[in-house]
Amino acid sequence: MAGTKNALLLTSAISISNRAMIDRIESDLGNLHSALNLRAYRQEVLASNIANADTPNYKARDFDFKTALNNATSGKGTGAIDMTVTSSRHIAGSSGATSSSDLQYRTEYQGSVDGNTVNLDVERSAFTENALQYETTLTVIRGKFSSLSAALQSQGS
Amino acid sequence: MSLTNVFAIAGSALTAQSARLNATSSNLANADSVAGADGQPYRAKEVVFKAVSMGANNDPSAMGVQVSQVVESAAPFRMTYEPNNPAANTDGYVSMPNVNVVDEMVNMISASRAYQNNVEVMNTAKTMMQKALTLAQ
Repeated sequence: MAGTKNALLLTSAISISNRAMIDRIESDLGNLHSALNLRAYRQEVLASNIANADTPNYKARDFDFKTALNNATSGKGTGAIDMTVTSSRHIAGSSGATSSSDLQYRTEYQGSVDGNTVNLDVERSAFTENALQYETTLTVIRGKFSSLSAALQSQGS
Repeated sequence: MSLTNVFAIAGSALTAQSARLNATSSNLANADSVAGADGQPYRAKEVVFKAVSMGANNDPSAMGVQVSQVVESAAPFRMTYEPNNPAANTDGYVSMPNVNVVDEMVNMISASRAYQNNVEVMNTAKTMMQKALTLAQ
């Protein structure tokens, strides 16, 4: 019996120290995960615009990335895909996704007869830029991870 | 998962644009069909697009495309003078389909470009996901 209890204590000690380490890693990553989620979300919004380039009365939409990221990191963002917390022991899963109310309509340059406001050149360049920014964020995160794993390597000879 | 929605959105656009291309090819093929299934000259068909939400809870950010209806062009039939044609009326004119070949060609190019755009969107999303999957390597 005593052995089982010790084993249980050991497991919980390990899980607590794991938890502390995970928290440390998370704070090290800062708001990068929010930025990545927002980039993916923006990609979806821009893909909608490109897909609806020929839909009558469709209005192109986008959101201000900087404001959305500030909202997400300060906890103001009411995430559209937030995780549901049903117990006080759940970790709040802030997805960093912006709510759909943050979406704004794009100012149109040239009106079209069918009421569509998609300017394909604007959308395509925003789409490419956003994909590049997504990869940039990924590269920064990868850099963080590689310095972490470098720190985890044994340095002894 | 936002990036998987991109595939649904671009995929719906591919389906819609190929439906449009289908209508265009029907119109071009029947540009000279004097009599359709109902005995009347063929009328040009056009697809009408509608934006539909592809995400959960009618998410307004994930808007895909859907063909809401196929309408027949109300343009008047093209009258050609062919007195020897058995379909000619008493004045010698034959009602030909109201297909405007130039319109159809423009429609075809536009549909094909839109299709390519959405294929490119899918490719980009695929590359992004693959990059994200190799994050820990």
